[in-house]
Amino acid sequence: MSEPVALKLTAKDFKSDQEVRWCPGCGDYAILAAVQQFMPELNIPRERIVFVSGIGCSSRFPYYMNTYGMHSIHGRAPAIATGLSASRPDLSVWVVTGDGDALSIGGNHLIHALRRNVNLKILLFNNRIYGLTKGQYSPTSEIGKVTKSTPVGSADAPFNPLSLALGAEATFVARTIDSDRKHLQSVLRAAAEHQGSAFVEIYQNCNIFNDGAFDQLKEPATRDDFLIRLEHGQPITFGKDGQFCVVHPPGGFGLEVRETATTRPEEIVVHDATVSDPAYAFALSRLPGLDLRNTPIGVFRSVDRPSYDSVVQGQLDAARAKVTETPEQQLAALLNSGDTWTIL
Amino acid sequence: MTKQIRQLDRVVIRFAGDSGDGMQLTGDRFTSETAQLGNDISTLPNFPAEIRAPAGTLPGVSSFQVHFADYDILTPGDAPNVLVAMNPAALKANLADLPRGADIIVNTDEFTRRNLAKVGYQANPLDDDSLTGYVVHPVALTSMTVGALAEHDVSKKDAERAKNMFALGLLSWMYSRPYESTLRFLERKFAARPELVAANVAAFKAGWNFGETTEDFAVRYEVKPAKMQPGTYRNITGNAALSLGLVAAGVRSGLPVFLGAYPITPASDILHELSKHKRFGVLTMQAEDEIAAVGAALGASYGGSLGVTTTSGPGVALKSETISLAVALELPLVIVDVQRAGPSTGMPTKTEQADLNMALYGRHGEAPVAVIAPKSPADCFHAALEAARIALTYRTPVILLSDNYVANGSEPWLLPDVASLPDLRVEFASRPNSEDGTTFLPYLRDPETLARPWAIPGTPGLEHRIGGLEKADKTGDISYDPANHDFMVRTRATRIETIPVPDIEVEDPDGDARVLVLGWGSTYGPIGAACRGLRQRGLAIAQAHLRHLAPMPANLGTVLRGYDRVVIPEMNLGQLAHVVRARYLVDAIGYNQVRGLPFTAAELETMLEEVLKNV
Repeated sequence: MSEPVALKLTAKDFKSDQEVRWCPGCGDYAILAAVQQFMPELNIPRERIVFVSGIGCSSRFPYYMNTYGMHSIHGRAPAIATGLSASRPDLSVWVVTGDGDALSIGGNHLIHALRRNVNLKILLFNNRIYGLTKGQYSPTSEIGKVTKSTPVGSADAPFNPLSLALGAEATFVARTIDSDRKHLQSVLRAAAEHQGSAFVEIYQNCNIFNDGAFDQLKEPATRDDFLIRLEHGQPITFGKDGQFCVVHPPGGFGLEVRETATTRPEEIVVHDATVSDPAYAFALSRLPGLDLRNTPIGVFRSVDRPSYDSVVQGQLDAARAKVTETPEQQLAALLNSGDTWTIL
Repeated sequence: MTKQIRQLDRVVIRFAGDSGDGMQLTGDRFTSETAQLGNDISTLPNFPAEIRAPAGTLPGVSSFQVHFADYDILTPGDAPNVLVAMNPAALKANLADLPRGADIIVNTDEFTRRNLAKVGYQANPLDDDSLTGYVVHPVALTSMTVGALAEHDVSKKDAERAKNMFALGLLSWMYSRPYESTLRFLERKFAARPELVAANVAAFKAGWNFGETTEDFAVRYEVKPAKMQPGTYRNITGNAALSLGLVAAGVRSGLPVFLGAYPITPASDILHELSKHKRFGVLTMQAEDEIAAVGAALGASYGGSLGVTTTSGPGVALKSETISLAVALELPLVIVDVQRAGPSTGMPTKTEQADLNMALYGRHGEAPVAVIAPKSPADCFHAALEAARIALTYRTPVILLSDNYVANGSEPWLLPDVASLPDLRVEFASRPNSEDGTTFLPYLRDPETLARPWAIPGTPGLEHRIGGLEKADKTGDISYDPANHDFMVRTRATRIETIPVPDIEVEDPDGDARVLVLGWGSTYGPIGAACRGLRQRGLAIAQAHLRHLAPMPANLGTVLRGYDRVVIPEMNLGQLAHVVRARYLVDAIGYNQVRGLPFTAAELETMLEEVLKNV
């Protein structure tokens, strides 16, 4: 195979002529800019890239990308994108969704796209609130959240999006943050390289209805002590001075955070995103507390499994490989199959 | 002894038994033998939704009716001339449909005290005088089958299960059917277990020989081949014909067919059938739900496939929002609704035509789509091609309204010549279409069809965004402009309303009828048979049948206004009649039934005769 021709695209090539209409200060701007800047790296012609979205603030995203795009209906983007990806394996299909879109109205489609391992890159902008409908609690809002629709506090326990994706045995699961462009792009890169469903949760600030939801992960004073930056092959330590680490206590089901100083180095978990049992990544996803302390970001899980489009297209190819007749001849034979009789 | 042979012009046989007795298979085989002989045929299966209702109970009765004749027939027949009753439940459930003088073949082995009690028989009807007036043939089907298979290497259970083949053998003898196709079928079906092939063939032959030797059956019948148009035929159900029509649409358009479907009675057979045709590039996906099924089909259409979703009424309700998106996106999409009795789960294995309102109006906003309906099992093939033609040419969702009656019923199908099928090739957009040739305008329409360009991902230079938000004319940019919305809503309506569809044809042999019967969908057969009956008695009646329900044929208003009375029989409470009255200000009379069963020709004939008297 010859080396692909460098397309020499730039971020500007991925900007559409549409005026961006998110609220000033919205985290979506940072994500859009990061994605547009990252896209040339793919070295895929723009016409082979498709962004499909549902409904919500984040779902306006496709209008701003100078690629093919569809702004569809609430929650249904993974289903629509599945039909596109399965029938057009030559395309790079991205789904942009939000916490309400993906986890509430579209929860079913999300988990089924993940279990099928459809070749989709799913970017879930999680701001833990309904923005476009002006401020109701979302399926990722914390319990007790006071919003317009929950004046005395929400009674619902929230979803942990990564736990959910891992429960569906997603083959690629990652988390990143809107304000950290470098990290965001590193996660996009890994997601794009993955064959199959790549699920990326992006913590995104809604400065109108849920401002500061992720501040502890962003403020210089707290972020190093709150964030666990996962790196494949590296021991999981974090904190300003690496003073915390993650261990798997004997006899326990999950992972725990300890003080590095009092932990033997061999006890510290070395991050391996390729562990086939999703239980490890699931345990990682359970580390954060209600106050966002111990929030891992980066690639939790990245394992190989045949993608849906490759399996179904493989079945078509296998069936077609035996065919020597023209489609018309095949059709005539099909129509004439079974018990036929002729009247002269 | 030499048996007397009597000629008949038509016969209706109903095979009835327990769900596990194999009655559908028996009926199907008898039908196939009959087709080989060259009779015209129409069939009607009738089975419970339960896979195995408790054995021997009334809800567990499954039946298959076949009507065959030496002339062309339109329905599976109103009343059976012969009932094969495999147990007391089958007798009890079907007796009311039998005219006096009909033959009843009963499996006496099943008429035990326990089985009789199960269905509320105080006494054995074979012993008292309750069946006086019928010609009853008591046959110990089970024990004779087991006896015939004594030397065979099969279990008692397998031997008993072969009793349906004994019954088929007997009926095949009685009506002089050629049985080679059944023997071939048994060899295929039990290919993995040769002992079962031998046992079933032996049971079939035992049944045949029993007919020949017993004195109980003194007469053997013949029904001569029907005069049918020359050509090659096969017997086909509506669901099978519809599936083949979709495969043909793929071949004739040169596009891959993508079927997104969720299992639902009575549409699942289309998913099963299409999943066998991968060599045609047909991709089938069993989705996680009805919404995903239509969503995936729409996504595939966006990518350049012929997107199809198949379902029944409850599924269409779930797909409604996505169909509206397809209206806004102006992409091809075929939605097949195999209607069943509703609302809600209703009677899933029974027929009805009550989704017409939903097909025409069941969406939010002004969301017009094209709607068509097949009139018979074989017609499903052509209706599927027509649905695909409209969807591809006009870039619109098309709802194809089949129903359980045509889906599971069967009739001989004159196989078409592939080259004669419509050419469905489409042209994808390949270059910018603005006047100066620099930009791509996704909503710049073809002036003739009003269709927008189909620019599929992968086409360089045509990158564009579409969505559910209202779009500005031509550019497709998001627009909240009041005048633009008004224009786009009207344009989408006009786009459907101006799709050219063939004029409706009226069948009025003498041209002097004053009453017109208008139907749509699967009522074609019973209406046609009723009209024939009236004409044979010298009464004038005109028949017209709608295939296109949206848009309607341009001449429909003129046709309707040409008659003193218009009668519209429907298996709903008057949905088409309502549309006709509203659109054409014609005072149409509805004749409506929602019993889960097709109309009988006789009841329509009686009803129409009343109408004729009062004109």
